[in-house]
Amino acid sequence: MSLQPLSALLAQTPLFQGLPAEDLELIAGCASNVKFDAGDFLFREGGPADTFYLVRHGNVSIEFFAPGRGPVTIQTRGEGEVIGWSWLFPPYTWSHDARAFELTRALAFNADCLRGKCDKDPRLGYELMKRFGQIVHERLEATRLQLLDLYGGDRDPAPRGRTAAKR
Amino acid sequence: MREGSTMNVLERDALDLLFTSLKERGFTLVGPTVRERAIVYDEMFSAADLPWGWTDRQEAGTYRLERRADDAAFGFTVGPHAWKRFLFPPVQSLFRAERSGSKMALRPAGPFAARYALIGVRACELAAIDRQDKVFLGGTYVDPVYRQRREGAFVVAVQCGQAGGTCFCASMGTGPRAGSGFDLALTEVLEDGRHWFLVEEGSERGTEVVATLPVRAATEEEIAAAGRAVERAEAEMGRTLDTEGLRELFLRNYENRHWDRVAERCLGCGNCTMVCPTCFCATVDDVTDLAGQAAERVRRWDSCFTIDFSYLHGGSVRSSIAARYRQWITHKLATWTDQFGAPGCVGCGRCITWCPVGIDLTEETRALRALDHGAPAAPQGGAS
Amino acid sequence: MTPLLEAVQPRSAEPVPAAASLADPMLPRPFEVRRVQAETYDTYTLELAPADGRPLRFRPGQFNMLYLFGVGEVAISISGDPGRPSPLVHTLRAVGAVTRGLCALKKGDVVGVRGPFGNEWPLDEAAGHDVVLVAGGIGLAPLRPAIYRLLAERKRFGRVVLLSGSRSPQDILFRHELERWRSRFDLEVVVTVDYAAGDWNGLVGVVTTLIPRAGFDPTDTVALACGPEVMMRFATRELERRGVPTERIYLSMERNMKCAVGFCGHCQYGPHFICKDGPIFPYRAIAPIFEIREV
Repeated sequence: MSLQPLSALLAQTPLFQGLPAEDLELIAGCASNVKFDAGDFLFREGGPADTFYLVRHGNVSIEFFAPGRGPVTIQTRGEGEVIGWSWLFPPYTWSHDARAFELTRALAFNADCLRGKCDKDPRLGYELMKRFGQIVHERLEATRLQLLDLYGGDRDPAPRGRTAAKR
Repeated sequence: MREGSTMNVLERDALDLLFTSLKERGFTLVGPTVRERAIVYDEMFSAADLPWGWTDRQEAGTYRLERRADDAAFGFTVGPHAWKRFLFPPVQSLFRAERSGSKMALRPAGPFAARYALIGVRACELAAIDRQDKVFLGGTYVDPVYRQRREGAFVVAVQCGQAGGTCFCASMGTGPRAGSGFDLALTEVLEDGRHWFLVEEGSERGTEVVATLPVRAATEEEIAAAGRAVERAEAEMGRTLDTEGLRELFLRNYENRHWDRVAERCLGCGNCTMVCPTCFCATVDDVTDLAGQAAERVRRWDSCFTIDFSYLHGGSVRSSIAARYRQWITHKLATWTDQFGAPGCVGCGRCITWCPVGIDLTEETRALRALDHGAPAAPQGGAS
Repeated sequence: MTPLLEAVQPRSAEPVPAAASLADPMLPRPFEVRRVQAETYDTYTLELAPADGRPLRFRPGQFNMLYLFGVGEVAISISGDPGRPSPLVHTLRAVGAVTRGLCALKKGDVVGVRGPFGNEWPLDEAAGHDVVLVAGGIGLAPLRPAIYRLLAERKRFGRVVLLSGSRSPQDILFRHELERWRSRFDLEVVVTVDYAAGDWNGLVGVVTTLIPRAGFDPTDTVALACGPEVMMRFATRELERRGVPTERIYLSMERNMKCAVGFCGHCQYGPHFICKDGPIFPYRAIAPIFEIREV
């Protein structure tokens, strides 16, 4: 893997860029490199949200599984994107599945570790909250656009489902 | 009066000779005549078909014919018809298609030629014809129907001797005096027991026609008398419209709540667009014969007030009446200028008179102005 | 505050040859259907050959009026290669009476064609810059001639990125061509869908979410977008946020059209006629009205 320190790697990511070096050091202390093969789950719905991921390479699908319908992908996340914000909000439980659909390398961040640091240093906590708030905001906007079912079409795109998207 | 133009006098009783002369030149005469208690434009056979002794009284939502105290031939203003019905027909075949087997032959519907002499065209209407010229003749593509009819037309203008209750051509700068755009222009004068027409020539064709008429050169006093008649009209305009910054006013008020207030009254009937002399919107219908072997494409006047007008797979872009009224008036008074270099309104007042609920474009513009917050303040702006 | 009063007139590219008959612009020319190809369950590509043998030359982004005998006429973008104008290629979705009828045509049937009309994608202006194309749904069809031209003259341009969004995997247009393009090293193609069931192994999410990460230099990019208006609004915002100057963002607009030559009034969009001033507008020219409802 990379020979540069993790903090330098973090500085290049959209999520952490612009943070002071001491913050990056602190955050790097909670991070580790992980790898998922195609089909591996990063986490499962209902599981403890004790980690979040920053994708370095590859693609991950955000899925729900419905009986009789199988897995339904809501969105996919790729390079430079964050997977998971449930670690920020009680009860710290995942509300969906996340699965790598190709070889994916990511940085995994220990949520307990990071939450502890945020609680101790509210300035850092606020900075991270702002950044995650931005991500949540963008995802919500994209989801609204998806809900509009912009392109129309007669055929139900996901058989036996997704009727909420239609008026 | 036009510099260097020839002015002649034609006596009232000789007016019919003008009609005869135009007929002899192969023109179909169309002009004002009384029908169904209105003065409409229709085919005419002689000067006797003119509305001698009739006038009209117009207000928002009101039109009444009344008897005049005199027997003026052009003693009224404008009625529900506009000349566009002859130059840009309400229904027009565009092409025919014939099918045999899998083959299809497409044939133009033309020739579209018709030689109309338009008799009694007012200054505002000349301006309206000019506006439609820009639409149909002024771009890359030329409408063959309009071109053939327009080029064939002989225009006899009439200078207005009175203005109607809904007229505001003086505000729009289109009248009441017609300066050009005609072959002949008549000013009807009833003074001191005399009844005559001042005949002004606007083209060589006009001069040729005058040469066939029993006219004599007008005296200075006669020319002055005709001028006074037009001045009278100018003084009695029933409406005014402040055109200062008009385009900008509309462009910055797309989202003014006033449109919702108009929509509470507007029926969306499209009368205003049908009577408007500049409105040019059209739709097409495709029809086939019973055997399905011959088809025809027909163009019909359309109105931006219909819900289908802006239909785009799945729905209408302008589904609310507020949006449709806004589109119409903004087009007339603002965006028409962007498109064709002059407003689409000539101040004839027809849309006011013929609106069944009396919506008045001049009044709505005033109301919008009153609600207008003005141009965005300059960043450095201080109190002035 | 958007400068409402400075509604910039769209840049009119050099005059596009008026191939429609100047004498009678309302009269179609007969074309024979050579091939009908189903792209998806509701979208078809027609290949048409001129009955008189005279190819209909066009510029990328232009459209034709297609006449179905006795039923009506619709405005459809040309989706073929401008370098190979014959056969004439149109891709259309069967949504109304005319398009349904056109999609049901068979080889040998005859349709009427008027055109080409409208302006073109600003590819000359894009030369020397990166080009990003953002397509939503059937919006890929009007962009395809631009892609052909970009590839034919590939050296003139910087990086070329195609971001294409569809409703679902079964709605993806030109699937094989997209795959072919994706395998090229001189073209970045990213395909995403809004909805997918389990068997889709690609990206899911609206096409505008691809903009932040696509490989182009925002300060030196010309962006071409075509798709539903809401998608183009979001795309414009993302492009601006990424730093693409507004004057380099071009959108292909759509309104009801009856005549295509500025006579019928239907396609008015504020001061613009989509048919003769567009369909492609620099975003800056329409920005004052782009987000106003029911214009």
